[in-house]
Amino acid sequence: MRYAILLMGAPYSDQASHSALRFARALLARGHRLETVFFYHDGVYNAARLAAPPQDEPHLVDGWAALHAEHGVTLQVCIAAALRRGLLDEREASRHGKSGHSVEAPFELTGLGQLVDVGLSCDRLVTFGP
Amino acid sequence: MSNAEMPDGDLLVILRHGPHGTSWLREGLDAALVGAAFGRRVALLFMGEGVLALLDGQGAGALGQKGTSPTLEMLEMYDIETLYVEGPAMARYGIAQQDLLLAPVALEDTVIAELVERHALILTF
Repeated sequence: MRYAILLMGAPYSDQASHSALRFARALLARGHRLETVFFYHDGVYNAARLAAPPQDEPHLVDGWAALHAEHGVTLQVCIAAALRRGLLDEREASRHGKSGHSVEAPFELTGLGQLVDVGLSCDRLVTFGP
Repeated sequence: MSNAEMPDGDLLVILRHGPHGTSWLREGLDAALVGAAFGRRVALLFMGEGVLALLDGQGAGALGQKGTSPTLEMLEMYDIETLYVEGPAMARYGIAQQDLLLAPVALEDTVIAELVERHALILTF
């Protein structure tokens, strides 16, 4: 089946991100396809380029990036939810006159319309939240 | 309300948070507006604490947040006219239809289960 994940929990604050990543790995291991992970609400913090968790804890940001590298999963971040929480890619940082950026590829800032499209085109959209 | 009167839709957005305290309601309404702007048939269901979002006469509050009642007033402009509210939640909060900003259809729990079945995509906030 073709799956997508909607993640709305902040990393390290709620179980949501850890569960979502494990679910993603489990369904890929079963031979399903995971098209997209969409990050919304506090889930957008999963795209923070500068996240530096202790070495003996799972690195969630790298975990999502690995899914993209190994399985081509697209990592889409709601731009409106991201910008107001300080998550900007290089283009948005320059547009808003900020000296640094906090989101980079393979995460992409995109609109909520993508969530609706992905939700309607996949067989299953599974939501993880606090 | 019988099955025959309940339309099938593309997107059902379920709102389960009140208008203040968190951004859940605002971000849920944003998802509904975007779905409608992209030409999808969108329905809203206010459940649990979410029924408080429908109370008439809300202010923006002291926290500098915009509040959500202006967004609710815009729903019709986006052709989001299919509005439901959880009847038992209205009773729990002591809210009557005349207290509400809009005129949603009140549903019992068993009918809500059917409503969920009749939509292709459910987003819960």
